[in-house]
Amino acid sequence: MTQAEIKLCSLLLREHFGEIVERVGTLLVRAGAQPLRMLVGDTGLSLEQVKKALCVLLQHNLATFQLPKRGGVEYEARAERVLRILRYPRYIYAAKTLYGDTGELLVEELLLNGKMTMSAAVRKVADRLTETMEDGRTMDYADVSSTFVRLADTHLVQRCPLLPETPQGPPGPAPTLVLDEKEMYTVPRLNLTGRGKRRRSCEEEEEGEPRAKKQKADGEGSEPPPEDDGIYWQVNLERFHQHFRDQAIVSAVANRMDQTSSEIVRTMLRMSEVTTASGAPYTQPLSSNEIFRSLPAGYNISKQVLDQYLTLLADDPLEFVGKSGDSGGGMYTVNLHKALASLATATLESIVEERFGSRCARIFRLLLRKKHLEQKQVEDFAMIPAKEAKEMLYRMLSENFVALQIPKTPDHAPSRTFYLYTVNVPASARMLLHRCYKSVANLMERRQFETKENKRLLEKSQRVEAILASMQATGAEAAQLQEIEEMITAPERQQLESLKRNVNKLDASENQVDETIFVLESFIHSTIRKP
Amino acid sequence: MAGRGRGRGRGQLTFNVEAVGIGKGDALPPPTLQPSPLFPPVEYRPVPLPGGEELEYMLALKQELRGAMRNLPYFIKPGAPRRDIERYSDKYQVSNPIDGAIDWNPDWRRLPRELKIRVRRLRKGRTTVLVPKAKQRAALDKEEAIKKLESLEKKEEEVTSEEEEEKEEEEEGKEEEEEEYDEEEHEEETDYIMSYFDNGEDFGGDSDDNMDEAVY
Repeated sequence: MTQAEIKLCSLLLREHFGEIVERVGTLLVRAGAQPLRMLVGDTGLSLEQVKKALCVLLQHNLATFQLPKRGGVEYEARAERVLRILRYPRYIYAAKTLYGDTGELLVEELLLNGKMTMSAAVRKVADRLTETMEDGRTMDYADVSSTFVRLADTHLVQRCPLLPETPQGPPGPAPTLVLDEKEMYTVPRLNLTGRGKRRRSCEEEEEGEPRAKKQKADGEGSEPPPEDDGIYWQVNLERFHQHFRDQAIVSAVANRMDQTSSEIVRTMLRMSEVTTASGAPYTQPLSSNEIFRSLPAGYNISKQVLDQYLTLLADDPLEFVGKSGDSGGGMYTVNLHKALASLATATLESIVEERFGSRCARIFRLLLRKKHLEQKQVEDFAMIPAKEAKEMLYRMLSENFVALQIPKTPDHAPSRTFYLYTVNVPASARMLLHRCYKSVANLMERRQFETKENKRLLEKSQRVEAILASMQATGAEAAQLQEIEEMITAPERQQLESLKRNVNKLDASENQVDETIFVLESFIHSTIRKP
Repeated sequence: MAGRGRGRGRGQLTFNVEAVGIGKGDALPPPTLQPSPLFPPVEYRPVPLPGGEELEYMLALKQELRGAMRNLPYFIKPGAPRRDIERYSDKYQVSNPIDGAIDWNPDWRRLPRELKIRVRRLRKGRTTVLVPKAKQRAALDKEEAIKKLESLEKKEEEVTSEEEEEKEEEEEGKEEEEEEYDEEEHEEETDYIMSYFDNGEDFGGDSDDNMDEAVY
């Protein structure tokens, strides 16, 4: 874990879970697996606080526990999962585009709570949807359940590891949770009937129950345990990542060629969703006939036109689509790793262009194409005067976009050693990823600084809004409302406006940088996972 | 071989400088004498952020999530700082969740046993720290508005429901709950603040350093 990643993890934990969880989490990320006593000792927090923090981390799948051979329990943090907190808005929005508001709220509840049973999730989402509906209408549990089932079928949510069914001997210090691959997406048969409740009636129910409890002095819960007790669901982030990757490939094809070819690639990817493993270098081969049958209904292109498109795609130098055989009218696959590499390279090129200018970008693209070039050759091919070319190359070299490679000769005779410039794409991608983490950390720090600077003003404006809202609810005249509004002076209003603008800009930048992080990370993962 | 040219020819490098591209007589850039500035001037301004409905929606989502997560029970606020003077209004402010219990109910079967937080506030004979806290909280209960009463009651019930697994504690708990209620009523009737009352537990425990003086 690099320092930049650790810093970003701690900022994210602090913002979303508070300082105590941040201290425990950062220590775990930094130091690896630790038992409880070491955590208490090293963080300087009380035992209770560390326990609370660990419960939160375990609930949200940000940490795991294991039972090492020497006994006791060790806790380990999952740093890359902590970094995913940045991407929560993107996951929720993707669920919205795929499954509407219900899907969006289901994914949001699962992300906010870490893991939930299906019945709890359905109930909560139905209540939330009922809030937003007009008076008198409520949301039926069946609708929400069916959306949940669809989410599970497309593998967007998955089951958490389960407690083993039969108790294995005396209970140890911690349970060993078992993950059954086959059962990961099977939805339990539940009989969830009911409708969502509005909050008013909820409160009345709550008040009724505790009074009854007080009289009985009996501490049992008033509901029987739900039918799917013990079956918890979590969001399957890998599947969302696959979805984003597919989206990126389709839009790249659309930019490079045209809408129809992107639709063809989208169809191919959709057909291979469940058949292709997540780390596979290319999808399973699909015959052109199959693709023709699976095209969306609106596209009525003839078989010949489809074949032509496929040939074009396969011949394209970017090699998104490859031809793997001739049976069935031609077998085609989507080259996932190559596509990711092209996306990452395009990102690199665009960064060089924006940072150093278009001439540097020209040199960069030249080096990508020709792999190794000498100084003189760079000048000739790029058609840039020698002095400028030198300067640009050195600038890029100092920023590690370009590397110098020296082929070894047995005698290091100066006249015969060549100095070749080259671009090492995986190394540059890693370097940029590291920079992205640093920039997100900087953005978050700056945003927190801006908010802290104007804290007094923000609190004042919140108070004024609260007063306004309460006065409007009780019915007040326009003059009184005007008076309250004037409590915030015009320059203060301007300050608030500019603060809001800045915070929005910083937040939007964080989202943007996260998109780059996604592309670079996917590419780096694809280079690592070589069998 | 590399060090041989040191004494004789200053400024000569071991490799052929021309191959790298620095010709003869070209001015080399001046040496850097200080660390690079903290905010170096940026030649090319960054491209403006893309707009669009999608990104705006995600922006709004992000800000909402941030706000929502602060209010969830998973956000553990550090304990309120102890004020040097006890103020009257402290009694009426909602205190932290009961002594270490958490506001939400994780599935304890899935977590290691050592993490289970057991609240033993009802046991007598525990550290003196817990006793005044219990009394303070008990005083809160009766006097608050019904809402706070209900929520606190609910939490107490949830916490005590954890203890129902062990029979001994259950009975003791019930007894002590009732006892506590009795204490409360007593408290209400007197005008004296119970914490001023010294029931002699600390007697003999203090002043162990000065053994010169006799202990009366």
